[in-house]
Amino acid sequence: MSETTTRLNVFKTYKLYVGGKFPRSESGRVYEVSDSKGNWLANAPLASRKDARDAVVAARKAFGGWAGATAYNRGQILYRIAEMLEGRREQFVREVGEAEGLSKSKAAAVVDAAIDRWVWYAGWTDKIGQVVGAANPVAGPFFNLSTPEPTGVVTVVAPQDSSFLGLVSVIAPVIATGNTAVVIASEESPLPALSLGEVLATSDLPGGVVNILSGKAAEMGPHLASHQDVNAIDLAGADAALAKELEIAAADNLKRVLRPQPVDDWTADPGTSRMTAFLETKTVWHPTGSLGASGSSY
Amino acid sequence: MASVFEYAPAPESRSVVDIAPSYGLFIDGEFTDAADGKVFKTVSPSSEEVLAEVAQAGAADVDRAVKAARKAFEKWSALPGSERAKYLFRIARIIQERSRELAVLETLDNGKPIKETRDADLPLVAAHFFYYAGWADKLDHAGYGANPRPLGVAGQVIPWNFPLLMLAWKIAPALATGNTVVLKPAETTPLSALFFADICRQAGLPKGVVNILTGYGDAGAALVEHPDVNKVAFTGSTAVGKKIARHVAGTDKKVTLELGGKGANIVFDDAPVDQAVEGIVTGIFFNQGQVCCAGSRLLVQESIHDELLHSLKRRLSTLRLGDPLDKNTDIGAINSAEQLARITALADTGEAEGAERWSPACELPSSGYWFAPTLFTNVTQAHIVARDEIFGPVLSVLTFRTPDEAVAKANNSQYGLSAGIWTEKGSRILAVANKLRAGVVWANTFNKFDPTSPFGGYKESGFGREGGRHGLEAYLDV
Repeated sequence: MSETTTRLNVFKTYKLYVGGKFPRSESGRVYEVSDSKGNWLANAPLASRKDARDAVVAARKAFGGWAGATAYNRGQILYRIAEMLEGRREQFVREVGEAEGLSKSKAAAVVDAAIDRWVWYAGWTDKIGQVVGAANPVAGPFFNLSTPEPTGVVTVVAPQDSSFLGLVSVIAPVIATGNTAVVIASEESPLPALSLGEVLATSDLPGGVVNILSGKAAEMGPHLASHQDVNAIDLAGADAALAKELEIAAADNLKRVLRPQPVDDWTADPGTSRMTAFLETKTVWHPTGSLGASGSSY
Repeated sequence: MASVFEYAPAPESRSVVDIAPSYGLFIDGEFTDAADGKVFKTVSPSSEEVLAEVAQAGAADVDRAVKAARKAFEKWSALPGSERAKYLFRIARIIQERSRELAVLETLDNGKPIKETRDADLPLVAAHFFYYAGWADKLDHAGYGANPRPLGVAGQVIPWNFPLLMLAWKIAPALATGNTVVLKPAETTPLSALFFADICRQAGLPKGVVNILTGYGDAGAALVEHPDVNKVAFTGSTAVGKKIARHVAGTDKKVTLELGGKGANIVFDDAPVDQAVEGIVTGIFFNQGQVCCAGSRLLVQESIHDELLHSLKRRLSTLRLGDPLDKNTDIGAINSAEQLARITALADTGEAEGAERWSPACELPSSGYWFAPTLFTNVTQAHIVARDEIFGPVLSVLTFRTPDEAVAKANNSQYGLSAGIWTEKGSRILAVANKLRAGVVWANTFNKFDPTSPFGGYKESGFGREGGRHGLEAYLDV
């Protein structure tokens, strides 16, 4: 077979995922992404402050509808994400292998764990309320019910090392409960995250629920941490110095802050703490009255 | 308005409480002077009479108290939960036994009516200790995994509006979960916390488990910033809450903040007007409006605005303002000259911005700090009296036409602590409650509290919950 007959493959232009669309960075900037051996893989968008702000606008716009969707509906959509990922399994095995320098079998295990993680959180959407909510036995004639509600728009600084399983493990708990997310992907290995955007776009997930930015956490983080329309921030992928800086900025409007926690093994049982970190508890009171001779008693 | 009925004075006796001329800090089970010997006076806001002189803690005292709490932590956290529970049950019982004394003391030091300290504050204080006592040996079943561990030393800073109740909200869950405590009460209301120290001694609580530091904001800041404090709990202003959030950044300290509010009390056109009026009055005039979850923004459906305001004004004219120890008093004194100045300035701003001001005919006592119940009508969302927390007996009245507009206006606030809904329609209650971004929603009632019921805010009203099973999380390493 002669060389001229070898088919030249088609490269993918990696783009941001904002408001359900795939824009380039408004700044026009890109940066080179390499595999673990230093070979060039792609030019990823170097997202700017403006891209981050656009992502917040998209996330805020999506919040009402997503938080207001039934838990059953959110669960089905999260499950649909797992279905779509399963179909793209080979692509992600390759991308994760290249990004993290893993053998094919190890990369496959990572992707399988990420798919299973979506399934796990798909099942949580209509159970977390029963686990953390409560009917409170107050000492008086009142109905008193506490229910969890999503806190709002959550900025997620995704883990730097675990570019896909870590990423899924921080996004899924945020949106399972009805929050919307602005995600800063792993700086060195953003490609699996940008490809995840393509999966989300075809999973019935409303545009804007998850927004994915590639670039520098140190550049975008401070703007998102001080943004007055962001309600919370997950610092999973921030180093100690950046985490402190962002936590200080987050105090401006008292964002809920999830500090970086050491994770030895992303495949371990995640528990519920990544969901509860971005939940508010609302407690509603109403008089119960009585049906006695006195009639209504509130 | 001349009343047909005149009231004879019905003062509660002061003799039930014995206030010493001076008090020390309570550190490691002993009352002690401040390291630098500083003291300050606490006055009764209704008369400006000096009640006592108390030690003023400084950084050295904070360090001493944190060390005492750290030393006590090892044994206290290792006690079987059932034993910790019994200490807390003892405390709850002693509070019940001494509740009249504490109610009178609180009324003297804070200025709030005896009716409130006797019927609301003190019963809730005892109930809170009784409730969390029961959790101490059941933590394995609380939903935080097996054998959840305490955090260590809790630094707690509380406000002056419910001095003993806020102490209970802080100390009861902290001790139940095995933490030890350094607590700083507000500088204008130090006495009930010092009496609580005596209750700890009567209960035989081990030394150093509870330490009380009276003092000013500098002592509170030193406590929050102390490197050996593992947990910070603060109730107070949003401005200070933000400072604390910045200070703890980059540390392992766990934080809960209960901050300001500008609660919307929404009255629909089908609400039972008399009951709504009572709820509005409870919402904003309970404790002279010095309540973070006060219903300080009244949102009235336009069609019933005039009728409701007429009833409300008539009701306000019957409120009795005066001697807080009088059992007939509805409105007591403002807690301090400083707070009175703040309320006065904000109310003046309301007038300057063009809102219409109204107060019932109301004679204010000649000494002490007093502010007549005040309504503002013709208020828009842009007015400062509709946006800023006044923390006084001042109600801003706005109108709406549709439920959606009511929700949008209610949520148009940096705060998200409380809200009220008045309507006879059940589905409307549930729909509106669902859309309000507030931690506590009272429907056809207002300002109800219970130790089993989680309390805390959305947005800039803070984070974390106090009360109920939820309240344990703030003091556990989970």
